[in-house]
Amino acid sequence: MSPPGMRFKSAGFAFAALAVLFLLPAVLPRYYLYLLSLVLVTGLLATSLNLVLGFGGIYQFHHAVFYGAGAYVFALMLMKTGLPAWLAYVSAPAAAALLSLLMGLICIRLSKLYFGMLQISLGSLVWVVVYRWYGFTGGDDGLQGIPVPGALSSTSGAYIFVLAVCLLCLALMYRIVNSPFGRIFQSIRDNPERSAAIGVDVRQHQLIGLVLAGAFAGVAGALFVTVEGSAFPEMLFWTLSLEILVMCLLGGWLTFWGPMLGAAIIVVLRTWVGIYTDYWTLILGVILMLLIYFLPDGVLGRARKKKTIENPVAGAGKV
Amino acid sequence: MLQIEHLRKCFDGFAAVRDASLQVAPGEMVAVIGPNGAGKTTLFNLITGQLTPDSGRLFFKGENIAGLPAHRICRKGISRSFQVVNIFARMTVFENVQAARLSRLGKTRQLFAAACSMAVPQTMEILESVGLADKRDRIGGSLSHGDQKVLEMAIALGVDPDLLILDEPTAGMSPEETAVVLELMKRLNREMGLTILFCEHDMELVFSISQRIMVMQQGRSILEDTPPRVRCDARVQAAYLGGGDVC
Repeated sequence: MSPPGMRFKSAGFAFAALAVLFLLPAVLPRYYLYLLSLVLVTGLLATSLNLVLGFGGIYQFHHAVFYGAGAYVFALMLMKTGLPAWLAYVSAPAAAALLSLLMGLICIRLSKLYFGMLQISLGSLVWVVVYRWYGFTGGDDGLQGIPVPGALSSTSGAYIFVLAVCLLCLALMYRIVNSPFGRIFQSIRDNPERSAAIGVDVRQHQLIGLVLAGAFAGVAGALFVTVEGSAFPEMLFWTLSLEILVMCLLGGWLTFWGPMLGAAIIVVLRTWVGIYTDYWTLILGVILMLLIYFLPDGVLGRARKKKTIENPVAGAGKV
Repeated sequence: MLQIEHLRKCFDGFAAVRDASLQVAPGEMVAVIGPNGAGKTTLFNLITGQLTPDSGRLFFKGENIAGLPAHRICRKGISRSFQVVNIFARMTVFENVQAARLSRLGKTRQLFAAACSMAVPQTMEILESVGLADKRDRIGGSLSHGDQKVLEMAIALGVDPDLLILDEPTAGMSPEETAVVLELMKRLNREMGLTILFCEHDMELVFSISQRIMVMQQGRSILEDTPPRVRCDARVQAAYLGGGDVC
């Protein structure tokens, strides 16, 4: 419970931050605007993963599949049909959610690690189809020159759109995490057996969570295509899934904003490292090792823990 | 209210519960006793759906509930606490009990409502009745063992059950904490009319508060009677109370 003065202050701060974010295209060079768009899209993707990972305790090891599915559905609809763009933007999350439901129905019978392993297998199957089906998906070349709507084809136009959609999605996810469903989802994470004993249909709630996370990943996929103008099979390869998993762990998987922070760190680092070397995965592996040893709760998780130790009541129960 | 007939459960050929029968009438306080490994916890797990019986019948309010999943049995009005502490360790004390309330109210699929203002009075009422109200914002996992056992009971109460099953509610508690739980069980049973089925190793506690006692030995229910008669039964004395002439 924060006193009203503090609440005003934080609302004012949030408003100022929003204003700055929306005004950035006026001052920031195009390259940084593009980088920021990528951070936002990747952050949205990581946050959607964390919805099931950090708040549902589900070992979602191949989340990128839903990101790629959203991207390809969006790209293919724009390229191969004359349907309006807004329909493509709606279809991307819908298709990703459907895929998530199908895979979830199969995987949810297994628990923990086995769930994750089966998901990687099924996801890789989807990847193979995209990777090999030259006639439809472009195979390993991916899809280029996707006709994104004119207003969004400029860097600043895409940035504003991505920012608005990301904020909307984040707000929705924040509400979900703090809703009755979110609370029960966390109780399932902490203790599935106990949750069943208080009358919760564990699998049904896990499925709902998976579908929601898949849908938000699909939105991120469509946004990526909007920024990049292309889609490629690496978007649903398992290494990307690992990368967003690292983002969640790095930022703090038990916090809401952790994955966004983790995504920002990783995306910026990858871009910066890419200038000097091709061995990005090597760097990522080292980060992962250091993380496990020194920051098991992530950056934000660590900060919160410190606060909780200093003041046991204030830090509790916040997301 | 609860009627168990010839329940049986085997694990890899070992019959943890061989032949258990038990009756619990509304408003009763019934204890299950027996030496370690007699099958008490397995019996409770069968009743509340954590395990599925191999054979036998299980009626609750006249309806056969044998083999239903745990969450369905809970919704029919049976709630339980566990022998080993089984709480939501990363959530606050308040959220632990509130989760049970939300489940009971059927609100768990609401995605966009704000949970923080839901079921607050009822949750606080439960926390006050068990004496955890002042620790509402503590993280569940950071409580002392005794408090976690009490929270365990508070979660079970959160779903507003007709039958409350407690698996060794005072295991590992100090005498003071045991006294608090004892008082709570009495109050729930006598003042609020809650039917309670429990198992416990503390014989003094069992004989002081239960109206009837069922004795289990090697997976069988060997006796079901009032405390004075159970105390005098030769089989019980031989099997459980260490022989000797008590009466």
